[in-house]
Amino acid sequence: MMMNIVSISLGAILINNFIFSQFLGCCPFLGCSNKVDTAAGMGLAVIFVMGLASAICWVVDTYILVPMGLAFLETLAFILIIAALVQFVEMFLKKMVPTLYSALGIYLPLITTNCAVLGVVLLNVQNNYNFIESVVYGVTGGVGFLLAIVLFASVREKVEFAEYPKCFEGFPICLVSAALLALAFMGFSGMKIF
Amino acid sequence: MNIRKQFKEGLITNNPVLVQLIGMCATMAITTSLFNGVGMGLSVTVILTCCNVVISAIRKIIPDEIRLAIFVVVIAGFVTIVDLLLQAFIPALSEALGVFIPLIVVNCIIIGRAEAFCQKNTVGASFIDGIAQGLGYTMVLIVMCVIREFFGSGRFGGGLIELSGGFRFTLDGTGTGIQIFDPDYGAGILNRPFGGFLTLGVLIAVMQYFTAKAKKKAELKAAEAKEAEDE
Repeated sequence: MMMNIVSISLGAILINNFIFSQFLGCCPFLGCSNKVDTAAGMGLAVIFVMGLASAICWVVDTYILVPMGLAFLETLAFILIIAALVQFVEMFLKKMVPTLYSALGIYLPLITTNCAVLGVVLLNVQNNYNFIESVVYGVTGGVGFLLAIVLFASVREKVEFAEYPKCFEGFPICLVSAALLALAFMGFSGMKIF
Repeated sequence: MNIRKQFKEGLITNNPVLVQLIGMCATMAITTSLFNGVGMGLSVTVILTCCNVVISAIRKIIPDEIRLAIFVVVIAGFVTIVDLLLQAFIPALSEALGVFIPLIVVNCIIIGRAEAFCQKNTVGASFIDGIAQGLGYTMVLIVMCVIREFFGSGRFGGGLIELSGGFRFTLDGTGTGIQIFDPDYGAGILNRPFGGFLTLGVLIAVMQYFTAKAKKKAELKAAEAKEAEDE
């Protein structure tokens, strides 16, 4: 069990990093990585929501959808759960933990359309993970996202002062630097744990 | 609305991926063979067209505050339909695209078009817009697949085209494609995630280059016209 969890975590953070090898969550990855601070805020919000969403979706899927033979509605149910969850978390934080809310506030609504969140719950179902494995996969997937986005934001801060052809301005240069980071992460691919 | 203008916008001047810069995740992830690219592109086109029609049809009765939730439900419904149809009739495609078919729900192209276009336009115009934007998306996917396959493994049309026993299209993803040069000489790295980021980055850069050039030309022309007028 312990080994299983370690291998899931390492897989989600390094080997099958959500951004650099599965391309899940690229929109916020490219959109919210201007500065290291904002990137870190976004990453933390994603960890939080991915962990919670994994837990709740697993319960709903196992105890409601599957017993009632409604597994084909998974996509619809999951996206509604995620949207509701994000709204709920936003209201809860605003009321109970205002400091955390002001830190994460602006990023929370964006997370609903983050494909990493829907991706992780769908992958949990596909991989037949149990409750603990699902939550671990959700949280560590978020940690992988945080790692990727913080690394990328620090690269981007440097790239701003670099000289490159004018037509690469904006998105293209970001994508090219992301490609180089993906190349670095490729070093982990094929690594086998236990 | 002018149909020709809408198609021009969807395919080139307002292309969802190259100009609006949305819907990138799937674009980079699945463009490793022509079979995946065409399959994904057409699935998105079908879903986008259906969603556009439905959303523009009900645009007047949707309360503004909960419109996003309603859009998401409509989109998720159509995505589920397409997902189940693919599982039933083209299982190879469903397997190859995996989690990216259900993830069309959160593809910004569809919710973006609903928000930017269908809310203000008639059913007919939205229908055309869905087809035009969908084809623009498909076009980018095909270009990416062709580039990555050619330079990555020296092949064209992997999964979709079969040459042995006469030229034919294979819908079950088993076609070997046309081998143009030995795969050993290809840059296999382009088939990895690295290639996805790089190819899309370069494509957008090329697009920006030509847009800037066209803009300059138009400005020059306007200036000349003004000079001629002054004289």
